[in-house]
Amino acid sequence: MRSDPTPAGRLGRALVRGLPALWLVLFFLVPFAVVLKISLSTPATAQPPYRPLLDWGAGWEGWRAFVEALDLQNYAMLAGDALYRDAALTSLAYAGAATAILALVGTPMAWAMARATPRMQGLLVALVIVPFWTSFLIRVYAWIAILKPEGLLNMALLRLGLIGEPLAILDTPAGVLIGLTYAYLPFLVLPLYAVMARLDPALPEAAADLGASRARAFLTVTLPLSLPGLTAGMLLCFIPMVGEFIIPDLLGGSDTLMLGRVLWSEFFSNRDWPLASAVAVLMLVLIVGPVVLFRGVRERQDAAAR
Amino acid sequence: MKPLLTLDRLAKRFAGHAAVDDVSLTVREGEVLCLLGPSGCGKSTLLRLIAGFETPDAGTVRLGDADITGLPPHRRPVNMMVQSYALFPHLSVAGNLAYGLKGLGLSRAGVAGRVATLLRLVKLDGFEARRPATLSGGQRQRVALARALAREPRLLLLDEPLGALDRALREETQGELRAIQRRLGTGFVVVTHDPAEAMALSDRVGVMDRGRLVQVGPAAELYERPASRFVAGLLGEANLIEGRLGADGRVETAFGSIRPGTVRAGPGPVVIMVRPERLRLGPARGTEGEGALTGTVVEATYLGERIRRLVRMADGTVLRVSTPLPEGRDGGGPGETVGLAFPSEAACVLPA
Repeated sequence: MRSDPTPAGRLGRALVRGLPALWLVLFFLVPFAVVLKISLSTPATAQPPYRPLLDWGAGWEGWRAFVEALDLQNYAMLAGDALYRDAALTSLAYAGAATAILALVGTPMAWAMARATPRMQGLLVALVIVPFWTSFLIRVYAWIAILKPEGLLNMALLRLGLIGEPLAILDTPAGVLIGLTYAYLPFLVLPLYAVMARLDPALPEAAADLGASRARAFLTVTLPLSLPGLTAGMLLCFIPMVGEFIIPDLLGGSDTLMLGRVLWSEFFSNRDWPLASAVAVLMLVLIVGPVVLFRGVRERQDAAAR
Repeated sequence: MKPLLTLDRLAKRFAGHAAVDDVSLTVREGEVLCLLGPSGCGKSTLLRLIAGFETPDAGTVRLGDADITGLPPHRRPVNMMVQSYALFPHLSVAGNLAYGLKGLGLSRAGVAGRVATLLRLVKLDGFEARRPATLSGGQRQRVALARALAREPRLLLLDEPLGALDRALREETQGELRAIQRRLGTGFVVVTHDPAEAMALSDRVGVMDRGRLVQVGPAAELYERPASRFVAGLLGEANLIEGRLGADGRVETAFGSIRPGTVRAGPGPVVIMVRPERLRLGPARGTEGEGALTGTVVEATYLGERIRRLVRMADGTVLRVSTPLPEGRDGGGPGETVGLAFPSEAACVLPA
């Protein structure tokens, strides 16, 4: 089936390959080029609030003047001001810590789902997906009600006598981590569950037969064979968490400095579109880095498997 | 000989259906016992009960003198090899073989030495670093066998060990498996649905039908003197002739009166089982004596080492006659009337 001689088949294949590419060009590459261009401009009190603007009527001369006026001053500012460096590091730290927590919480969850009876599995998958029926914003607001000093959690703990006074969770890093873990759990669990459910149950059985305890069988057979699902899930969580805005904004208080919030305030409060664009480009670089790294690891694993 | 494995009234039900029903069985030290039966007869469940992957609803599993019924699989001195082999795809051949050696108190060199010995045993020297995915079916089968033997189990359970191999390789591997078993003296319990394999591998065969162990014995006994029509049909082609067993031990049939060699039924309506190769072709005699029958050849098929004929008897019964070449060539083309005879010891009387 490698070569399909009919023209219709060739057209179909071109569509299958071409449509995703077209989609990427239209909705990712072109917008990114626009953002990249703005990040190289200077802010101005105008509409739009930056220059230079490309003068299409001036032809080649206009194009040259435009390119010459572009500079890296916004990136220099990002590098020079500790605020942006700190925001970037904080974002990476939050995303990294939350990804680690997600892996620890989500792996047993996915494994339990994969081991359940087929009927139970359908129910559990539905339960993981159900929260998506509600608006993300409302779910994060609900966490405010749970975590605030006079909220559900503190009241319950006080009633049980486990604590003497309300815990400060809202507006702290703990609040951000709880919010991130809650919001992104399905993105870790579902790909991991998909891989674990397809694992041959004879493999952990063979491990048990060869003297491995349940824990050893899981750590030496099930987990290594589930790594593709785990890395996919961790990437799916880590990438958007680096740029997450709503959760740190609502649960982290005004002191939480993350790239998403910096970007938002540069764009909407300071109306400094060029600097905001530079932050966006920086964020993309920060995110693409680990993806490339993970892919490299996977390729080496695959190569070793051959 | 000392019993190695003793199953006592073992039972396991799945959703109200008896997968294993009141099975008692003894496997002797160094013995190969094959469990034979059609799919769904409970033979694999029985194996999983011995390995510890299923918990019996009733009965006990004893290994030597120890009751291991309640032990989890990883604490049982028993290993199992499954049809799919279940090799760890992320580990090399050496990694697969060494997996079971962890926790046995072996040094690193000790593990390496054991792995090398196992590879030699299954003739896979030099394959240490290969991944299972890069091996042929036969090589994977041998890695799975070596891995199951790594912990030097007292009893090895094999679930369709040759089921994934093609026919030529299977016959060759049967011999190798038997040779390795003789060398190590490990007791084997082999599950198979292939009667030829059961006969080739085993010291004794246990036939299972719908969860019950219906007959256990050497292959020759099961083949020549089966306990029931089910066992007779499972082990090979069988001619069944209806008759009535009298108090004098003779069976009256439409073809005359026969004195059977083995009687496994009480007086009354019975069937006589005669294997096709025990029926001898001769000239039609017309007079009916003991074991002498007359019929018409319907079909004669040349099968290389023998000729198989279908002979229609006067009452419409069709008997299969298998005659080795070259003597099978003589007489008996389609349409010819022939006489059939069989020695009385070849006749086994079964419940109807």
